[in-house]
Amino acid sequence: MIAVENLTKRYGAATVVNDVSMLIESNSITVIVGTSGSGKSTLLRMINRLIEPSAGQVLIEGKDTRAEPAHLLRRRIGYVIQGNGLFPHRTVAENIATVPRLLRWSSARVAARVDELLRVFQLDPGAYAQAFPHQLSGGQQQRVGVARALAAEPAVLLMDEPFGALDPIIRAKAQEDLLDIQRRFGTTIVLVTHDMDEAFLLGDRVAVMSQGRVLQYDRPTALLTRPTDPFVSRMTGLADRAMRLLSLTTAGEVAAPGGSSGPQVPAAASLRDALSEILWSGADSALVVDADGTPRGHLTLAAILAHGRPA
Amino acid sequence: MRIASALRFIALALLVAFLLVPQKFAPVFAPLTQFGAPAIYDQGNLLSLALAHLGTVCVAAAASTVVAVGLGVLVTRPAGREFLPLSRTLVNIGQTFPPVAVLAVTVPLIGFGEKPTLIALFAYGLLPIFENTIVGLQTTPPAVLEAASGMGMSARQRLLSVELPLAMPLILEGIRLSLVINVGTATIGSTVAAKGMGEVIIAGLLSNNTAFVLQGGLVTALMAVLLYEGMVAFERRVCRTVQSE
Amino acid sequence: MFARIDRLGALLSAAGAAALLWLPFVVVKANRIVPGEPRALFEVLPGAAALGCAAALLLAAVVAVGVPSARVRLAAAVIGISALALAVAAAGTALTPVGNKVVRIAAGAAFWVLLVCLGLMATDAITRLRPGPLRRILFLLIFLGVSVLALASGLFDHLSVMREYAVNAARFAHELRQHILLALGSLGAAAVVGLPLGVFCYRAPRLREGILGTLNVIQTIPAIALFGILMAPLGALAAAVPLAERFGIRGIGAAPAALALFLYSLLPIVANTVLGLRRVSRAAVEAARGMGMTNTQVLVRIELPLALPVILTGIRVVLVQNIGMVTVAALIGGGGLGTFVFQGIGQTAIDLVLLGAIPIVVLAFSAAVILDALVEVMDRAKR
Repeated sequence: MIAVENLTKRYGAATVVNDVSMLIESNSITVIVGTSGSGKSTLLRMINRLIEPSAGQVLIEGKDTRAEPAHLLRRRIGYVIQGNGLFPHRTVAENIATVPRLLRWSSARVAARVDELLRVFQLDPGAYAQAFPHQLSGGQQQRVGVARALAAEPAVLLMDEPFGALDPIIRAKAQEDLLDIQRRFGTTIVLVTHDMDEAFLLGDRVAVMSQGRVLQYDRPTALLTRPTDPFVSRMTGLADRAMRLLSLTTAGEVAAPGGSSGPQVPAAASLRDALSEILWSGADSALVVDADGTPRGHLTLAAILAHGRPA
Repeated sequence: MRIASALRFIALALLVAFLLVPQKFAPVFAPLTQFGAPAIYDQGNLLSLALAHLGTVCVAAAASTVVAVGLGVLVTRPAGREFLPLSRTLVNIGQTFPPVAVLAVTVPLIGFGEKPTLIALFAYGLLPIFENTIVGLQTTPPAVLEAASGMGMSARQRLLSVELPLAMPLILEGIRLSLVINVGTATIGSTVAAKGMGEVIIAGLLSNNTAFVLQGGLVTALMAVLLYEGMVAFERRVCRTVQSE
Repeated sequence: MFARIDRLGALLSAAGAAALLWLPFVVVKANRIVPGEPRALFEVLPGAAALGCAAALLLAAVVAVGVPSARVRLAAAVIGISALALAVAAAGTALTPVGNKVVRIAAGAAFWVLLVCLGLMATDAITRLRPGPLRRILFLLIFLGVSVLALASGLFDHLSVMREYAVNAARFAHELRQHILLALGSLGAAAVVGLPLGVFCYRAPRLREGILGTLNVIQTIPAIALFGILMAPLGALAAAVPLAERFGIRGIGAAPAALALFLYSLLPIVANTVLGLRRVSRAAVEAARGMGMTNTQVLVRIELPLALPVILTGIRVVLVQNIGMVTVAALIGGGGLGTFVFQGIGQTAIDLVLLGAIPIVVLAFSAAVILDALVEVMDRAKR
């Protein structure tokens, strides 16, 4: 668990981060969202002390981050930035091995870890371990960037607009992969973005920042149904908040026992996607199926509509 | 920036003063001489030597500019494209040819005096201008060229109204580089009896008179610096409307 | 073949032909200093040899005009150059009466023009082949090896340049070594000082202008002036501190030249170090810091390796520049190949000048080729 306590950053007369406090749960994804200039990147970089706070402190698992030299702290925290920052003069394997080597792991352990990560990120070690970054596509480079950040098995992963440079199709895949990675490794992820859709897709909890302050820090549903500030509702979007709300629940959670003659919808699909299917087909219900195809229940239009407004 | 302009002005003033009334500076240089040697160069008129030096450099630069820009234009036209890769290689080779060697080789062929120095300076000065002309003409934004053709300009009009003006900052930079290098190289021309500040330096070396060496060296250095700054100011005036990299 | 006329080839062939017909192939001088008498190719060689040489040249011309293949052109140019070299060597032997050590046979204008034309043809062909860095070094080594072998074999001994060499052989070796030592030594010292200074300038932007400006001013002082200016303080130092004199620090000779060369070498190295560091990807540096590398680790493992190609380019510029400037050091007794150049100028003996100038050009050229190849090989990021 990461405790951010009264974190402030001033540059001269300007206050870029203003007295921010929040508790980040372990084994979750926390997204900090805001427009440019809101201070979100600065806040993130105060967690691993790339920027030193003017006031306040950060406690990771109860230990003050200032208790040790900054560079040692950062070796235990994964860090991914937009553009990746892969080292152009080192191979993919050498890039990934950077922090383990800094921590003086044995060569065997390093090699095994590099191999494991390459496979997890669907990059064939035989083909890619010895390649150089410029030989990889944008999507592959992004995956290597995340693999590199996870190499030393950090408990915390900080990500600053990691998917910004990717085109929409690859970005969607990368976001899905991040969810898988988090489930697999149990890392505590703090991610900064300006994209509200991304925040809603990835975040277990979302913090909305504006002008250095956190306006609301809550589960995505709460941001939609109980916004505490007009800015928050502007950011989440008033026009399609109902749709957003629907996107937060899966078909599997709402399916009731029974059959349906309507279209088939995967249990993992969101209510928004299910609604889309039902409308397109002209039916009034859908059949919800598991990943392997076994029917789980049916989903009526009425049930979906009930979820489209605050409880 | 104010300090820089003030320094420049002082440098120019000192240079002109020294050339016009050198004897007034005798006390400054006297401590550097031994055995009562003359403090100020007395084997010739310093002003006329400096002017001769500048003259040689400028004549060579003018000739190099005409030839280099002309060749640069030729080589970047469709008709001359064949010669482009070789031009690049020649520029590369030329840069490794020490300027002194060029001078050393021309003298036995042409004889002593002004001529070999002029030829050596001309040949060595070709390169920066030629290279920069080629680069300048080749980096004309394609959108601008297309717009010019689309407007109905002939190739010649495009060259004169679009390509050359846009390449001007780079070409002028090449001329500036060429001038500054040549001011220094021309001093060696005095070893082959060309008139210039090199005479003062060599007289100092031969008679072990550091005052002479310093006078020759400082005047040459000041001329080079002032020429450099003058060209920069000229470039800024001429290229005011053209955005350079 | 002959589908298109290669304009460059046509130009070179025309120039070569004109030279062969109207300019002297060799120049015969009764002794070192009198002006010589021109002789044409067919005058100096027995018919068969002259025809053979002319045939090789004609072949080169034909290939130059009509054959587009780069390898064939290179081969033809090499054959032409070899024929030319053998012809001029044979001419030397043929025109020297047995036992006569005074007469001087020099290569004439026609020879030089033909050599330049064939050289351009060969260079153009090599450029078209686009050799990689290692292959370029191989070409260089082959060229140097063949040249040294040819010279050592005594074939060219009757040419005036080699006569001058024969007279000055021991001194030549000494001055060559001196020249290389001065050029490399000052480069090494400048690298040791300039690299840290460059890193410092990069980290301290406010001081950068001042330091680079000062170094710039030093560059504008002409070489002989700087040599001369440094003579006085070094002379004074030698007089005041006897230990310095034991180490060779004197007012005249190599010391002021070495110091001046060191000062001249600083600007390109410092400027290029700053430039190279500035071009390193910001994201890579941030990622490195974020990963927990100390500032030193970031500098040594990330910034400097990525800036290396630009830094090495600066070193290349310095080395070539220094090789040229050491020539001038001869004027203040610094030794080096310049001694022959200036002596030759003083004695109006062109062959002595060539004895100095040709090795200088070959050294500069070799340094450029080797370092360029090194820059390309070291650019790991691009491979």
